[in-house]
Amino acid sequence: MNLHEYQSKRLFAEYGIAVPRGGVAFSPEEARSAAIEIGGERWAVKAQVHSGGRGKAGGVKLCGSEDKVAAAAHELLGSELVTYQTGGKGLPVHAVLVEEVREIAREIYLSLLVDRSSARVMFLASGEGGMDIETVAAEAPEKILSCRVHPAAGYQPHQGREIGYALGLDAAQVGSLTRLMAGMYRLFLDKDLNQIEINPLIVTGDGELLALDAKIGVDDNALFAHPDLAGLRDATQEDAREHAAREHGLSYVTLSGNIGCMVNGAGLAMATMDMVKLHGGEPANFLDVGGGATAERVAEAFKLILSDSGVRAVLVNIFGGIVRCDLIAEGLIAAVKEVQVGVPVVVRLEGTNAGEGRALLERSGLAIIAANELDEAARKAVEAAA
Amino acid sequence: MSILIGKDTRVICQGFTGKQATFHSRQCLDYGTQLVGGVTPGKGGSRHLDLPVFNTVREAVDATGADASMIYVPPPFAADAILEAAEAGISVIVCITEGIPVLHMLKVKAALASYDAVLIGPNCPGVITPDECKIGIMPGFIHRKGSIGIVSRSGTLTYEAVYQTTRVGLGQSTCVGIGGDPIKGLDFIEVLDKFERDPDTAGIIMVGEIGGSAEEEAAEFIHAHVSKPVVGYIAGLTAPPGKRMGHAGAIITGGKGTGAGKVEAMRRAGVEMVDSLSDMGQRMLELLKN
Repeated sequence: MNLHEYQSKRLFAEYGIAVPRGGVAFSPEEARSAAIEIGGERWAVKAQVHSGGRGKAGGVKLCGSEDKVAAAAHELLGSELVTYQTGGKGLPVHAVLVEEVREIAREIYLSLLVDRSSARVMFLASGEGGMDIETVAAEAPEKILSCRVHPAAGYQPHQGREIGYALGLDAAQVGSLTRLMAGMYRLFLDKDLNQIEINPLIVTGDGELLALDAKIGVDDNALFAHPDLAGLRDATQEDAREHAAREHGLSYVTLSGNIGCMVNGAGLAMATMDMVKLHGGEPANFLDVGGGATAERVAEAFKLILSDSGVRAVLVNIFGGIVRCDLIAEGLIAAVKEVQVGVPVVVRLEGTNAGEGRALLERSGLAIIAANELDEAARKAVEAAA
Repeated sequence: MSILIGKDTRVICQGFTGKQATFHSRQCLDYGTQLVGGVTPGKGGSRHLDLPVFNTVREAVDATGADASMIYVPPPFAADAILEAAEAGISVIVCITEGIPVLHMLKVKAALASYDAVLIGPNCPGVITPDECKIGIMPGFIHRKGSIGIVSRSGTLTYEAVYQTTRVGLGQSTCVGIGGDPIKGLDFIEVLDKFERDPDTAGIIMVGEIGGSAEEEAAEFIHAHVSKPVVGYIAGLTAPPGKRMGHAGAIITGGKGTGAGKVEAMRRAGVEMVDSLSDMGQRMLELLKN
């Protein structure tokens, strides 16, 4: 789960990570009030959406008067922002962050994440602030600095010094960076995060280090321990079907094709998508119904898949291990009847009592196409969707 | 011979009296696993599935001589359960639990370095040596004793590989589901190494998926250290970047961890990669004939 910039910056402030003076606004009037309270002569009005690349997409406006702040907020609020990261779709803007504008002497990239290979929390830094770290990694990997933190020892100041001096900061700035990184590490652990990204971290004209942008990712598996963070979820920034799926405990990802997929197990669900593609089709989604694949869950899954009007066929691929295929077939038949599925449904059942399951499907009188092999099932689904 | 577990492995179950644990413990007993007891704090001294229940793993080990544990403890308490097993001297710890916070696993992983114990999982189907010992949630009947070692990040894809190798008559030496989480116990390399050394394993099927770089690292290891034929499959070639595909670890981030990159790395290392999931068993049969 991701947080908005303004939510992230509130957490930053609590952990001693300096941020520009600012205030969140949900209306043009609130934006004007925020600008007055901040004071000064120039402000940035920043659209709050779960995406990077907002500046280039017109989501950040620099304003020289309170009226212009209100006008910028008026323009942004209620609009949809399309950035290079949103895949052609727009994300709704319901809030803007109004901030003071500071002189920028330098821009730095700094992030904290979990490095899988070393099983450590790892800082990444680069002098190329404002650039995507992926771009830097691709074009000039030698410019990326990193340090890993041992979970028992925790973050140590020498790690901050090493990065600070390598970035060419002066002694006072290195001191600030070392404290800032300590705050980031504490925040990461306290809140069970999976990412903190500050891009850019700026050095101001008077040598201060400020987090100009802020991105926080929270470990969904740890939300049980952080009800305060769970309450910050903004469902409007998420795909509606993915959100609905989560409410039903299903794992679902929207894709752009026309063959709906319903599978038990995440690995098999990915493999099924790949198989559809291998046979010349395009999957409409990833969907893991879980090991149980009960009639209830299957019905919910059908509803979810069919709420995508682009779906022309559904491919059901179940490996019945502990759960018998004849029971799964009964669930499928009930669900197809209940949901009144109007597109062809290709079903591949394999595993325990697969033969009995297939026989039940064939006797059901429903428009269910049974397949013995996954290859055959994918081919039939692609044909049915054509 | 086999790897990790065999007919003499004595198993306890942590979180024994819970619903899932009860169901799967019964299945393991039916399969022939030497399940010798279980642990549920507060229920020590009682009996469950006609086996003794203990309050702590230490008591269970002292009383039963168990050397392996199967964990079904809920996510908030699973890290504690893993470390309790390690501290009590359990040598093979299999954690089925899905949804453990990543930072819990970072601590566990660091702490386990000071024990001899191996951890399998979390978020995995478990490990099985056919006809000898099953620790986990896999359907026992699809397995058949044989010569193929299977290692996979996905439960259901392990079953596919098992089913196919059973049908072509090869069977399995041991199958290890290493789990779908980003931070886990055994990874591909450790399991590949054990299969390479196991005289009863003639060939290896390795099933990976998008996310992380474990497959790329395994490819280097295979190139340098594995002489047995390896058939490989990678799931998620069509997965979009930045989206978590069910498993906590199945996500392409920052252009890293793509399926295409993994396929390429494994192919370069001499692994026989199959494009279609259905071809794993048949391809292994062909490799072993030549």
